[in-house]
Amino acid sequence: MAFQQYKLGAAGIGGMLGLSMCITLMFPSFDFRSAESTWVGLDKSLSNGRVIGFSYEDPTVVGAGKPITVILDKDPKTGEKIDPPMRAYVYEPGVPFAAAVRHPANTGPTVSQLSLNVGKMAEATEASGAVFGIGRGEVNGKEWDYIENLTALKGWSPADTLRAASDENTRYVGKGKTVYITEGCWWCHTLLPEQTQDWQVFGAPPMLGDFNGEMPTAFGSDRKAPDILHVASRNSSREWMNMHFFNPRLVQPNSIMPRFDYLWGETDAHGNKIDFDKWRAEYKEYRAGTRVYPPEIPEYAADTEVRALVDWVLTSLK
Amino acid sequence: MLIKYLFAKNEEIPAGSSAVFFGFSAIFWFVVGTGLGSFNAAKLAFPDWVTGTEMFAFGHMRQVHVLAVILGWISMAFAMTMMYMTPALGNTKLWSEKLGLWNAFLWNVGLSLGLFLLWMGITSGREYSDLIWPVDLVVIFGVLVPLIVNVVMTIAHRRTQGIYITNWFFGACTFMVTVVVIVGQSPELFNLTGLTEAYMTFWHAHNLLGLWITPVAAAIAYYTIPKLTGNPLYSHRIGHLHFWSIIAFYSTPASHHLMSAPLPEWLKSFASVEGVLILIPAVAFVANILLTMKGKWSLFVENIETKFSITGVLLAIPLNMQGGFQQTRAINWYVHGTGWIVAHAHLALLGMSTFLEIAAVYFGLQQILRRKLYSLALANFHYWFVLIGFCIYWISMTIAGLIQGAGKIYEVPYIDVVVAEHPYMIARWVGGTMVFTGNLVWLYNMYMTAREGTVVPAGRYAHEMAYER
Repeated sequence: MAFQQYKLGAAGIGGMLGLSMCITLMFPSFDFRSAESTWVGLDKSLSNGRVIGFSYEDPTVVGAGKPITVILDKDPKTGEKIDPPMRAYVYEPGVPFAAAVRHPANTGPTVSQLSLNVGKMAEATEASGAVFGIGRGEVNGKEWDYIENLTALKGWSPADTLRAASDENTRYVGKGKTVYITEGCWWCHTLLPEQTQDWQVFGAPPMLGDFNGEMPTAFGSDRKAPDILHVASRNSSREWMNMHFFNPRLVQPNSIMPRFDYLWGETDAHGNKIDFDKWRAEYKEYRAGTRVYPPEIPEYAADTEVRALVDWVLTSLK
Repeated sequence: MLIKYLFAKNEEIPAGSSAVFFGFSAIFWFVVGTGLGSFNAAKLAFPDWVTGTEMFAFGHMRQVHVLAVILGWISMAFAMTMMYMTPALGNTKLWSEKLGLWNAFLWNVGLSLGLFLLWMGITSGREYSDLIWPVDLVVIFGVLVPLIVNVVMTIAHRRTQGIYITNWFFGACTFMVTVVVIVGQSPELFNLTGLTEAYMTFWHAHNLLGLWITPVAAAIAYYTIPKLTGNPLYSHRIGHLHFWSIIAFYSTPASHHLMSAPLPEWLKSFASVEGVLILIPAVAFVANILLTMKGKWSLFVENIETKFSITGVLLAIPLNMQGGFQQTRAINWYVHGTGWIVAHAHLALLGMSTFLEIAAVYFGLQQILRRKLYSLALANFHYWFVLIGFCIYWISMTIAGLIQGAGKIYEVPYIDVVVAEHPYMIARWVGGTMVFTGNLVWLYNMYMTAREGTVVPAGRYAHEMAYER
């Protein structure tokens, strides 16, 4: 039979691509699977919920079906004071659990064992909802962070926990990260300080276990703006954030960041219609120098996208 | 209109119909993509231009520009060239014109749907894999699978003994890009999270470039340059060196996109070394094409298709020199995430790849329609506007990138970098707008060619008649 070059060629292409995929996909997967989740990784996964972006629970990507992060200074059941205040992640009934809970292996071999055995993570069900927290335990002389099912361990129900926290200590982190993704903030801001002197400016780089269970990671690749992985450590002022989102030129005249005033929605915190045209006209006067102070920015309503976004920035980007 | 052939019998569809459908779709998406690029660039230069509407916010438009250009212009131009080069090189007909037409139709529908959803903010939040997974399934089954079937079956039904290098590339790359897209979307399809997701995102992004955009563009030049000059390819064997080294080396360095991420160090080092090895296919390709031009260099000036093609090949030199070395740790720490990379990406897509494809689309549409180009003057206008616009863009973004890199390592307050970049952001907008203007003219020129171009007599090439009245 005559030599058929395409047979040899097809085998060669398949073999070489297969070998390449073995080295670049299969081998690294062993490293990824053995990564133990850090506190940061558990916090991100628990506060983001199952997945950010398009999903069954959130097909229009508005932040539906996400857990709520709360800062608790008293026990929701007994009313005892908690000092220092702790973070808890409230999954109301029907909200899909985080990837770290649904697939414990995501958090690494030791952490997942602690979460299952000590944290009673597997006892939680999506149908009745649950409250999770992050505990700290020791295995073989080393300390690990793991997921605690506070509903099973302490009897905290989602409704009680939300009530105990009140609106002031409630952070819509999962919804806020959704806004970060849909508004494309990550086209300019990165979440990955680079191996340069910018560790001194933008803070420590993320560690191996900081991403377990996170989706999407949205590192960003194009840095038209500062890295914001630790922005809340540099600037934790909610008022500054509000002004900066409404119109960045209010606090930084040379900024090229877009205005995100549309995240305020139609009405402000008091239910009044926001008059954007009037605001813009007054701002124009301010820029022209015919007005001494810029117009006041509207107070956002409790359920707006901007509130969630600022919650996420100030809670997650420490 | 070609839509009427969607339900015709395969034998009744004129040969080349799917190439024409793909060709005009590609030009249309090129106009859309560069128009969006120009719009986005204006927003970076003048942030208060068009504000207050979510739909026209930068974060909603940026990814639409990127995917309109990659999936609309570049990939459809590839499909167009595959529809006419693959059969021509096999001395046969396209396996199924009807499948080709359906492929072009589904491609346009799927892309419009995906881009509309992205524009509305319905995204997966993963760079270059932004399309949500239902749309990804349309891309896999409506776009890629029909394309592979048509290309591979045409090669299988060839009436030549050997397989020319272009067809090796077409067959292998359509297959590999499908594997890359399926694997790249697996985090969404199978809920893979964390570093796996991050790495897969860039594994997909890297290999989309390395196993699809650059090799197929090079494969096109292996067809157009011998065809236009009348010279045989300098060396088919060097062509094979190019082909096999692409598959061996270009499929591996994905992690050099994530040098700062906590990926395994062995993986980064491996990627970095493999990344330098892409100079082997790069040098093989450029040398092979330039040596093919021997004795016919006058065509670089006289012939519009050769002009575009050779410009693309020449742009591959800085492209690969940058690409090979900027991903090593020694250079990556300085340029990563800066405008330098944006400039490099445009050198690959708008420089090398686009120029090679424009040549092939000009050549192919004239050949299939049997019409001489409507206006050579407009084609030259197109060439110079795209070239000068691209150069303004490339140079200004490279400078901006070096400024950003310096700002990064010398701890300059970030806002000072933004101020220093401002003039280059304006230059970038000017350059992008020139490219957009050139493409509008091109669309008009090709439309008029189809309608009113002089009919090319049998046995002649359209480009031979460029200076005849």
